[in-house]
Amino acid sequence: MEGLSLSNAAFYFLAGLTLFGAGGVAFSRNIVYSALSLMASFMGVAGLYILLRADFVAGVQVLLYVGGVVVLTLFAVMLTQHIADVQISNRSVGTLPSLAIIAAVFAVMAKAYRAAEWRSAALPTDTTSTYAIGNALLGTYVLPFEVASLVLLSVLVGVVVLSRREPDAESGRTE
Amino acid sequence: MEAIGLQHYLIVGLGLFCLGFYCVLTRRNAIGILMGVELILNAANVNYIAFSHFGAGSYDGQVYSIFVIMLAAAEAAIGMAIVLGLYRRFRSIDVARMTQLQG
Repeated sequence: MEGLSLSNAAFYFLAGLTLFGAGGVAFSRNIVYSALSLMASFMGVAGLYILLRADFVAGVQVLLYVGGVVVLTLFAVMLTQHIADVQISNRSVGTLPSLAIIAAVFAVMAKAYRAAEWRSAALPTDTTSTYAIGNALLGTYVLPFEVASLVLLSVLVGVVVLSRREPDAESGRTE
Repeated sequence: MEAIGLQHYLIVGLGLFCLGFYCVLTRRNAIGILMGVELILNAANVNYIAFSHFGAGSYDGQVYSIFVIMLAAAEAAIGMAIVLGLYRRFRSIDVARMTQLQG
């Protein structure tokens, strides 16, 4: 009972961190604070993965999201900063209609979750997640795994091509 | 205190999705929109892993979430490169001002 309530407390803390960070991303006026809240949210999600016995995915989450995507976002924010904090609200879709839309989505989905009959089966306990994921990636999912390497290669080349500075970019237009 | 079940995790994922969706809807800053997309992808991952833990009885959901994380990282890299290219061209990352295909 003690362990159960401890894991409950861990869940509520991590869920709060996740949602609070996501709220900071959505509602913060300053884009730098948004990026830092995004990091908090990703850390909370990684903690939730550990609670769900997905330790390998939690490690990947920390390495790729917290170490990669957030740093990339911060770089982009810094490189475009003095424009970034001028005007962040959208005129075509206002705050109130957006809040109404997401409230409606939340209400409908929560009602559907409550009404649905979920299948339930426990994870096998005779293996660890890293072992199982490694086996699956090189067994059942070997084709998507190889395609993913092609995708990453093309992304690498594409980013280099896109971010190459054009010789006459400073003058505005390229002919 | 009731035990934490599948629904609790689904609600967290739903909250993440809604906040990311709000971010995409209201931001005019291209980087803000990309952050909203990242939140939405994380919501999908939380759902995948919760279903893998509570419903599937196998690790397939975790494998899918690995692929989602890979594609999200690729999307972020390409997205930021495009944003920086647009910034160099338009001197702005306000998506309302990016209205020409050929500059």
